[in-house]
Amino acid sequence: MFGYYLNLALYSLKRSPVLTGLMVLAIGLGIGASMTMITVLHVMSDDPLPGRSTQLYYPRIDPQPLGRGDTNPHSGDNLTWPDAQNLLRANRAERQAAMSAGSAAVYPVSGDGQPFFVPGHYVTADFFPMFDVPFRAGGGWTREQDQQRARVVVLGADLKRKLFGDAPVLGRTVHLKDADFSVIGVLGAWHPQPKFYADLDHGAFDKDDQFFLPLQTALDLSLAFRGQLSCWGSGGDSRKGPDCTWLQFWVQLATPAKAQAYRQFLDDYWRQQQDHGRFPRPVDARLYDLMSWLAYKGVVPGDVRMQLWLALGFLLVCMINIVALLLAKFLRRSGEISVRRAMGARRRDIFVQLGIESALIGMAGGALGLLVAELGLWSVRQRPDAYAHLAQMDAPMLFGTLALAIVASVLAGLLPAWRACRVPPALQLKTQ
Amino acid sequence: MTVHPILAALRRHKAGVTLITLQIALTLAIVCNAVFIIGQRVERVNRPTGMDERNLFLIEQEWIGAPSADDPASIEKLDAMQRSDLATLRNLPDVESVATISSLPLLNSSWTGGVGLKPDQQHGTANAAYYFGDNQMLKTLGLHLIAGRNFAAGEISHRGSRGTGEPPIAIVTKALADKLFPNDSALGKTVYLDGGATPTTIIGVVARMQIPATGRWGNSFAWNSVLQPVRLDASYTRTALRAKPGRLNAAMREARKALFDANPMRVMENQPDIGIGIFPFSEIRARAYRADIGMAILMGVICVILLAVTGAGIVGLTSFWVGQRHKQIGIRRALGATRRDILRYFQTENLMIAGAGVVLGAILAVGLNLWMMQQFAMDRMSLLYVFTGVIALLALGQLAVLAPALRAAAVPPVEATRSV
Repeated sequence: MFGYYLNLALYSLKRSPVLTGLMVLAIGLGIGASMTMITVLHVMSDDPLPGRSTQLYYPRIDPQPLGRGDTNPHSGDNLTWPDAQNLLRANRAERQAAMSAGSAAVYPVSGDGQPFFVPGHYVTADFFPMFDVPFRAGGGWTREQDQQRARVVVLGADLKRKLFGDAPVLGRTVHLKDADFSVIGVLGAWHPQPKFYADLDHGAFDKDDQFFLPLQTALDLSLAFRGQLSCWGSGGDSRKGPDCTWLQFWVQLATPAKAQAYRQFLDDYWRQQQDHGRFPRPVDARLYDLMSWLAYKGVVPGDVRMQLWLALGFLLVCMINIVALLLAKFLRRSGEISVRRAMGARRRDIFVQLGIESALIGMAGGALGLLVAELGLWSVRQRPDAYAHLAQMDAPMLFGTLALAIVASVLAGLLPAWRACRVPPALQLKTQ
Repeated sequence: MTVHPILAALRRHKAGVTLITLQIALTLAIVCNAVFIIGQRVERVNRPTGMDERNLFLIEQEWIGAPSADDPASIEKLDAMQRSDLATLRNLPDVESVATISSLPLLNSSWTGGVGLKPDQQHGTANAAYYFGDNQMLKTLGLHLIAGRNFAAGEISHRGSRGTGEPPIAIVTKALADKLFPNDSALGKTVYLDGGATPTTIIGVVARMQIPATGRWGNSFAWNSVLQPVRLDASYTRTALRAKPGRLNAAMREARKALFDANPMRVMENQPDIGIGIFPFSEIRARAYRADIGMAILMGVICVILLAVTGAGIVGLTSFWVGQRHKQIGIRRALGATRRDILRYFQTENLMIAGAGVVLGAILAVGLNLWMMQQFAMDRMSLLYVFTGVIALLALGQLAVLAPALRAAAVPPVEATRSV
């Protein structure tokens, strides 16, 4: 019977090609637009460090005076240098690291050619093991080297290739700004997106960092920092002062119990600092796990979420459109259906026959939707936004599109087929 | 024409009528809000910065091997380098004027702080963005001075970018002046920057100058700018230049070449993501608003497709109904109804369906706007958008129904006598 119904459905669809085309186009556009936006949202809110993210926490202790930060609720998210030093020294977590973004002029190794600027990060020793950073060669530095302000550098794979080609580099020297650094490690492929460890207010989907230096060394050499520096009081814009927030800080805590204990420690730290006349705000230390931190920092722009809702609304209108058209189409065939019913077809047979017809439209629409979604993602990738390059369809999204198309078309066909199979045959035949 | 027979006929297509009404309602709700968003974005993108943006360009560069410490000797060295660059640029034939400046409107790199009326004020009376630069700022940016005077050359001080100290004089925007002194002229008044204790006297007021930040956090003080007569010295510099009319590209080429000729030890290749290069202001503007423009275009495209789908849906559904009622139309024609009566019938029917749709849609549109105000901090939508949307959808319905209704009107009376 299935083959017969398929033939009937194809025949019926061919009889009104414009209408069939319209329905397929509507469902295709609706599904394509929705899947484009769902994919964009999916890649933007993805876990940047699967497996490790549940153990990573960001402590938020806000040293700002009362009333500051009215214009920017995130100005108290970064840490001051003394607080970062205190937390590092307290060593209450399994691992902890302070960090800040920077950029530096890099000199070509051969000695000739113009120096060029590359983005990098200034971090403390635990950064590499804590984030499970893969190395192609060598490794990071130690806490002792942090203290000694060691002139060592870890290179990103791209910068290493640009400077040295395929030659081994461990132990060789790179000239950054006005100092020499010894290469102690080269990163493997590491592209956490969003770049959770950076100052998320200034580009969560930035380019990969191309070098990593000890934070203390960078401060000593007055290298260029990037990201927000927020100061109050009369100490000026001094990075080492207690009145300027600019550092990001991460800790690794293996269990929720340890996280609870660490939060307690932060509260105690806040109180202890209040005894020294700092931290005038009421004690309110927070400890965000990685995914909550991304949500708190609003990594997914409101515009993208709005576009998703727009696309879903569009899909809904397309669906209603198809239901209405299929309903009219099926009911118009009441006479034909009644004849079949009178000849002994059960309601179920009619339902299956019409269901196959709407499923065909759904499948064609789904296939078109996939094409539209690929086109949509391609156009997103052409946009200049920093997250644009992420817009790629992966396997779950591909299956999601197909599932959405099938569910949508079955839903769209359900009501019309059900209504049509309930047409009373005797009445229809009599009026003919 | 009485509506009773139309209602009676519609009652036989309850499901279809409900669906098309719902579709029109949703279309109206989405299109109204989308057009409202487009309108807001366009308004945002078109707001003037207060500068004369034509022929304006910015040089962002960093010297290599320049001193990076904060000691007086390094600062003097850096200041000498900066003054030498400024002199080089001022000598270029296609350059009209040159100003050192810490940032520009829409550049999204800013110094912000509180402006107070009393010394050591914890809470600033107003938030503002600071622009540090020399006495050429007004002329180069094309700012409009509406009261007081410009800085004199001798009043420009210089310091390291990490240093502190509030200047004795400043120029403010009218928006900030009105906020600080609502009942009085701000000219000659004293303010305290950043909760400090050093008084700063307002010597001039400019009509308008936007702050560098375009993000939402800057919305509350978007027009509060303070110009300070300070040349900041660092290995990284920003310089604003005004080219002679029509000579923008030539001036940009000349500037690049002249600076490299004077001192090749600098990085100036265009890398907008780390703030290095030579950019016409139009490019800075495009960069600041590209997300808004992208959003407006996307919303526009979706609106057009949505209206097309709904229009096509009405055409399709009415066509079915016409086909289904062929015989009844024939009977009516045979009983004396004119073609115009048949046409009217379908037009009235569509008006009733669309009318119900837009009433529901108007309610949905306002509801959607309220929801978006909560979710995305949107503004309240003017009812004018809803009203225009209602008219547009009613018109779309009439347009869509025309072809099938004409086909119905063309059914000959003889149809009544044919069977099946």
